[in-house]
Amino acid sequence: MAQAINVEDLNIFYGDFLAVEDVTVTLQPRSVTALIGPSGCGKSTFLRTLNRMHEVIPGAYAQGKVEIEGQDIYAPGVDPVNVRRRVGMVFQKPNPFPTMSIRDNVLAGVKLNNKRLSRSSADELVESSLRGANLWEEVKDRLDKPGMGLSGGQQQRLCIARAIAVKPEVILMDEPCSALDPISTLAIEDLIHEMKQDFTIVIVTHNMQQASRVSDRTGFFTISGTGKPGHLIEIDETEKMFTNPTEKQTEDYISGRFG
Amino acid sequence: MSSSAADPAPSPSQTRAPGAPDAADAPPSGPTGPSRSEDPRRGRAKRRPGDMIFTGLSVGSGLIIFLTLALVAIFLTVRSLPAIRDSREFGGGADAVSLWEFTAPLVFGTVFAAVLALVMAVPVSIGIALFISHFAPRRLATPLGFMIDLLAAVPSVVFGLWGGVWLVPKMQGLYELLNTYLGWIPLFAGPEPEPPMRNLATASIVLAVMILPIITAVSREVFLQTPRLQEEAALALGATRWETIRTVVLPFGRAGVVSASMLGLGRALGETMAVLMVLSPGSSFSLHILEVGQHNTIAANIASQSAEATPDVMARLIFTGLVLFIITFIINALARAIVARSARA
Repeated sequence: MAQAINVEDLNIFYGDFLAVEDVTVTLQPRSVTALIGPSGCGKSTFLRTLNRMHEVIPGAYAQGKVEIEGQDIYAPGVDPVNVRRRVGMVFQKPNPFPTMSIRDNVLAGVKLNNKRLSRSSADELVESSLRGANLWEEVKDRLDKPGMGLSGGQQQRLCIARAIAVKPEVILMDEPCSALDPISTLAIEDLIHEMKQDFTIVIVTHNMQQASRVSDRTGFFTISGTGKPGHLIEIDETEKMFTNPTEKQTEDYISGRFG
Repeated sequence: MSSSAADPAPSPSQTRAPGAPDAADAPPSGPTGPSRSEDPRRGRAKRRPGDMIFTGLSVGSGLIIFLTLALVAIFLTVRSLPAIRDSREFGGGADAVSLWEFTAPLVFGTVFAAVLALVMAVPVSIGIALFISHFAPRRLATPLGFMIDLLAAVPSVVFGLWGGVWLVPKMQGLYELLNTYLGWIPLFAGPEPEPPMRNLATASIVLAVMILPIITAVSREVFLQTPRLQEEAALALGATRWETIRTVVLPFGRAGVVSASMLGLGRALGETMAVLMVLSPGSSFSLHILEVGQHNTIAANIASQSAEATPDVMARLIFTGLVLFIITFIINALARAIVARSARA
């Protein structure tokens, strides 16, 4: 189920502006890769190119190769809709569909993929997805209540349940805890630990402690100045990155000397 | 005024407005009163002449709204009293045509025409609004939105001319087809339509064109306000553009579209010139929209008859006006209630 992602010579543009330059990296399956770096360094932009969500932004495009399971998602003829069904995403702020119940939120993606779903298999999927997001016990008695009625942390776990319900191979998380309190953050981090058994997870975070807590490998992005493109400086085992990084820039950032 | 930040250093150039009574400057007797007067730095704000004049102007303008509405309602009620008094239903009158027989077909025609117009206009409006907000490239969306607004600015008499002179002859072929092949639907039933096609169908089409801009403009605004994060949520699940619209944009904009439709309905109910210039009037409850000389609307009837009305007839016309006033009032109240309810949710 989980797949490695091979990125080769990826350049990302916003119109004429080169936002991220020349990224080559392999993201390991069944592991958590954290991307850290200062604001505006392109880590979120890079994350979005892994499921072609950057194409939603007018003028944004990517050059290079991103292979998932040996298939280049930028090859001609590849439908971004299909890419996004294989690569799920969790956003900065919890964004359950406001008009839908908890149950319908979980099923939203599945209903897009194949319209017909028997009542019993839908029930099963709702339960397994919510269990997978550590939310089942909290909401099993109110599945028909609106998803917006949950707390922020519960909403974010609902969004994770919605993402894993379509059984993707990869899950991208774009600062998933930045809008949450510490307790909810802990719940999400615990969840990430469990989820890596099934998925390839890539998480962007501003919080270096979070990166060191949840990830197996950490990549460091930075820019050399405003208007310059972002670069992936270094990616390595998380422990090594936080104790003995190879690059001086990484060490400066991690030790708090800048950023 | 009293809550505005106090200026501790009074400037001699700004004097108290002449004629401002000192009694009005006394501290309010509310719970905040005493503490305020104890704190020397939070004394009363100076009354500046500009503020006073502007406050007076805006409060006055606000009151004018109430006054106008009340005057119109009073006028309609008082002047239609003779008709009510003389009517067979409420008074001791014995007219050939009772007040009810006079009013009811007009109410029917008015609501029927407006609903038909709405049924035709709403789907097209939603389509245009979605096209502008989600499909059209920006180069096209801006001028298109501008053109829609321009359409709203066309005077209704121009639509009436267009409908009466150009559209009426053009519709014959379509109406004959509808009557022949879809005649089993009550709307299109009746005798074979005969020219000129000054029937309710043509009038409704003209009305639909007239209410299209307002519904489109309001719907477009609502669709554009769909939270970006919601749309991205759908896209990230692998939704196509249409699926995103169906799961996120339309549910989000539903209340807005409803209120836009109500606005359009209100306009269609009250539209006078276009109907007057297109429709050949009648006074029936016929469902046959292709038949000529069956229907009329309140507004068009008032416009066509008031010039040479005797006092009796005038009172009746004003009574129909009162009915129209109430109908539009209810429609608008409903629209607001729907919007308010969805705003709370």
